[in-house]
Formats: sequence, structure tokens, C-alpha cells
Amino acid sequence: MQHDDVIWDVIGNRAFCSFKVKTKVQNFCRNEYNITGLCNRSSCPLANSQYATIREEKGQCFLYMKVIERAAFPARMWEKVKLSKNYEKALEQIDQNLIYWPRFIRHKCKQRFTKITQYLIRIRKLTLKRQRKLVPLSRKVEAREKRKEEKALIAAQLDNAIEKELLERLKQGTYGDIYNFPIHAFDKALEHQDEESETDSEEEEEEDDEDVGKKEFVAEDEIEESDLNHSHFDRVEEDESEEEMEEEPEASGSKGKMPLKGAVFRKKRAYVEIEYEQEMEPVPKSKAT
Amino acid sequence: IMIEKTEPEHVDAPAEFSFPPTFSVSEIKNKQRRHLMFMKLKQEKRKQKVAIKKKKKKERDALGDKAPPKEVPKTIENQRVYDETTVNPEDEEVAFDEGTDEFSAYFNRLTNPKVLITTSDRPRGRTVRFCNQLATVIPDAHVYYRRGLALKKVIPQCIARGFTYLMVINEDRKVPNGMVLCHLPDGPTAHFKVSSVRLRKEMKRRGKDPTEHSPEVILNNFTTRLGHSMGRLFAALFPHDPQFVGRQVATFHNQRDFIFFRFHRYIFKNEKRVGIQELGPRFTLKLRSLQKGTFDSKFGEYEWVLKRHENDVCRRRFNL
Repeated sequence: MQHDDVIWDVIGNRAFCSFKVKTKVQNFCRNEYNITGLCNRSSCPLANSQYATIREEKGQCFLYMKVIERAAFPARMWEKVKLSKNYEKALEQIDQNLIYWPRFIRHKCKQRFTKITQYLIRIRKLTLKRQRKLVPLSRKVEAREKRKEEKALIAAQLDNAIEKELLERLKQGTYGDIYNFPIHAFDKALEHQDEESETDSEEEEEEDDEDVGKKEFVAEDEIEESDLNHSHFDRVEEDESEEEMEEEPEASGSKGKMPLKGAVFRKKRAYVEIEYEQEMEPVPKSKAT
Repeated sequence: IMIEKTEPEHVDAPAEFSFPPTFSVSEIKNKQRRHLMFMKLKQEKRKQKVAIKKKKKKERDALGDKAPPKEVPKTIENQRVYDETTVNPEDEEVAFDEGTDEFSAYFNRLTNPKVLITTSDRPRGRTVRFCNQLATVIPDAHVYYRRGLALKKVIPQCIARGFTYLMVINEDRKVPNGMVLCHLPDGPTAHFKVSSVRLRKEMKRRGKDPTEHSPEVILNNFTTRLGHSMGRLFAALFPHDPQFVGRQVATFHNQRDFIFFRFHRYIFKNEKRVGIQELGPRFTLKLRSLQKGTFDSKFGEYEWVLKRHENDVCRRRFNL
């Protein structure tokens, strides 16, 4: 026999109901056949032997009804009626099927049906709009690509490539008469040779000067050397990191024998680098329009 | 104490280490000793290397002019697997194709480039700044906010207003990471992955802002057919006649399928030296797919799609 009150007394008030979800303010019912979703005496599908719901499957709405005559046959308990796709006709269908049923259930069924149709309309509208597609990234793959990119960047030697291309264009004459460099091939060859020898001699002279200077320093004071190391390191490291050189671990890692030699070596190189870099800056500034 | 203990392991006198042929460093169970032996092994190898180098140099100096030419080291670029789609400069078929493809209008000087730059929904500050800087680099570029519009609806409007390019910068986690470049009348759509975006503020030793002059364009290393079409895609972004007064140059350099974009100002110091100063944003692109026709990800016909496992097979194979 179905004693609804007893059932409600047990699951609703005193003991445990596995479908009940308690929050601070309200109790919800997780049963799929529940019509309002709240845990109430009149909304509980377990505690009402005459009950009806609306459920939706793949865009189709169905009316489910449960009567006390079939309470003993759980497999046949719920009667399923397919509702028409037309809103008004479906409401009429609900009215026909639930004629003589309690007011509460009829009302709530129609409310639920309305809500369901509204969200189905929304789904259809949204699928027509743009949908954001999330593409999963593989961490390993991304790391590999990043590494490849760095290596490609180093291999590209962009500055050299760009400079070469620009000089090529100058040689081919794409710039016309803007730049007043002598175009004579013979002169160019001469200049080329002169420049080579000039730059060579310049570099040698520079190096000699620096060598002379450095050697004096080293011979005199070893303590000053270490101080200079510390003071120079920051500057040198900055420049070298820009140049993407990997001298740092070698120089910093070597202890004992190497520091003097390493420091001198690095300083000499750093000196040359700094000179070159500074050369570029002032010229464009002066000629910038 | 450690060093003295390792000596009995040697066959020869401790003055010069030489290892018996069946000796392997990895068989020593003690970690510290093993480490020491390994270091010694490395030193030995280094010494031998230096000795070989010295000998070679001596031989080369001794021979003088008759010395054999220096060996060129192997790099990925010169070991690259030959791609049969590499373009031969005299190829007629290629020339014909290029005369009749979607860019022919530009290259025949019928149209001037006009670029529309936009982003994905709700762009963050970095992306917006990137778009603005791109707009200064590309002459005749306009930045518009996306505001949730569908690209397919945007494209006909762009065509109606005479745009030739649509560039959409996609953003993820507050950083630009993708670009869709669509050539407008009915041109190909290229989808790139964008990485290493450096804005103007983050550049070291940059100069002043780029001026309004049209920059020159440098396209490096686009060898295959696909690379060629990419090159034309990038070239058509900029006006035909660069204004040499501005002394600005935009470079698209392809290296191992990564396209590096740089924007410089150059100055010729003399015939043999040119100084370049980087202004403007820099970023790298990697082509993900090339689709015929305007943007249509579902029904479009894809000319080329990046398939990672194709390039995993051989690391010397590239597509561009």
C-alpha cells in the first residue's frame, strides 16, 4: 500500500533521502522526475502517488504521468506522452491529459514546459552564432616549438641578412641617385681593399692599445682586478646577454686558475663590443629627420 | 685523498692518464669517484681535440696557398632535404601561375593595399597595443574593435569599403598568439601562430616612432611554391613604391619555417657599411594553414595544413 504521508515523514523530515540536496536556505531534490526541483511535500515524486512531469530529450518534450494503480509495477509506472512541437497545441495536450488532476501539478507542468521551450529556442539561436573552439595545447610540443624557434633565430642572423640585402640593393641601384657614393667599380674595388686594410690595421691598433693598457693593469694589482671584475660584470653581462653569447657560465664557473685570464679575456672582448655598439647610436640620431 | 685513491685504477704511471680499452666510466659504483673519472676523461678528450686542431693549423700554414679549402660545417640549412616544390627562378609554370593568381591585381598595380586590423573578442591591453603598433608599421591600416562580430559578416562589408586585407589577431591569456590574414576580394586566407611578440616599449635601443613613409620590404628565404605564395601575401600588404626618404624597411625572414618580422630604420654610412636600428614591433609567425578563398573554416578548401607528424619524421624537412 502506498502511504504517502508516511513516506514523506520518513524521507522528507526525519531520515535520509538520497535525492535531497541541502543548502543554507533551501532544500533541492535531484530526482529526475521532480517537477519543480525543490524538496517539498507536494513536489516529491516519491511521496506523491499521483504525479506528472515534463521532461525533454534531444529537443523533444514528453509528459510523464504516474498513477497509484501502477504503483506496484515499477517498470510500467511512468506513462510517457509525446507533446506537439507547437506551443499552444502542447499546452492543450497537457490540459487534456491532466484533466481532473490537482491544480498544483497542472500549473507546474505548464510552467516547466514553458521554461523548457524557452531554453530550447535559446540553444538553437546560439548554435547559429559564432562558437569559440578551444584547441588543446600539448605542453611538450609547445616547448619543442619554442626551442626550435630560438635556434632558428640564432641561425637566421637577422641583422647580417638585412644589412647584406640593403647593401645589395644599393649596389644594384634601386635607390637611384639618393646616395652619393661613387659607383665606379674600380674605385669601389680600391675602396674595398683600402677599407679592409684600414679596418685590419685599426683593429690591430686598438687591440695593441688595449693590450698594453690591460697588461699594465694586471701586472700591478691583483686585488683591483677582482674589484673590477665585480664592477664590470653587470655591464658586461648586460651587453653579452644582448649579444646572446654563452661565455658567462664558462667565466663564472671557472675558479682557481682561470679568473685573471678569464677576466682579462672577457674584458678585452667586452671592450671591443661596447665600442662597436656605441658606434651605431649617435649616427642615426644626428641624421634622423 | 680522493685523487690519490683513484690512482690505482690506472694501468700506466700517474703522470699521464691512459685508460685500458675495456674501461668504462659508468661501471664505477662510487658516485664521486665516477664523477672524477668522467671529468678526467673529458679533459683528455679536450686535450686531444686541441692537439688535433693545432696540428691541422700547422699543416695548413705549412702548405700556405696550396692548402685544401676549409671544410664547411654541416648545418640544418645546408643539409635540408630537397623539396621538389622549390621554385626555379626561370620556371614558366610558376610565372604563369603568379601572373594569374589572386595577387596579380596587386602586382599589376591595379589595387592599393588597405588593411583592416582587428582582434578576437574582448582584447586585453597588450593585444590592443600590438594592433596599434602594427597599424603604424603598415601604411593605410585601420584598427577596429571586434565587438563580437562574425567574420563571415565582416568580410562582405570590408570588400564593399575597398579593403584588400583583413588581419585578425587572436588572443589567448592576455597575449596575442594567432593571426588570420585574409586577402580580400577572394584571396587566400592564411592562419599563423604568433609568438615572441615584442612591443616597441620592450625593444632595446630603439629609435623614435616610425614615420608615415612607406617602408621597403625584404622577403628572405621563401623558396618553395608555398613559400612563394607566402612571400606574395606579405608583399601585398605594403604599397608598391617604398619611399626611400623614410629609410624604413620591414623584413620577413623565413628560417626553418619560422617567419621573423622585423622593422628597422637604416642608414648608409658608406658603400660598404649600413647601420640599422630596430624600431617597431617584432614577432615571429609560423604558418598553420593556407585556405583558398576567404575565411571559411568549415567549408573552405585548404591548400595546405600543418601536420606536425610530417615534419617529425625528418628534422631537416621544411615547408616554406
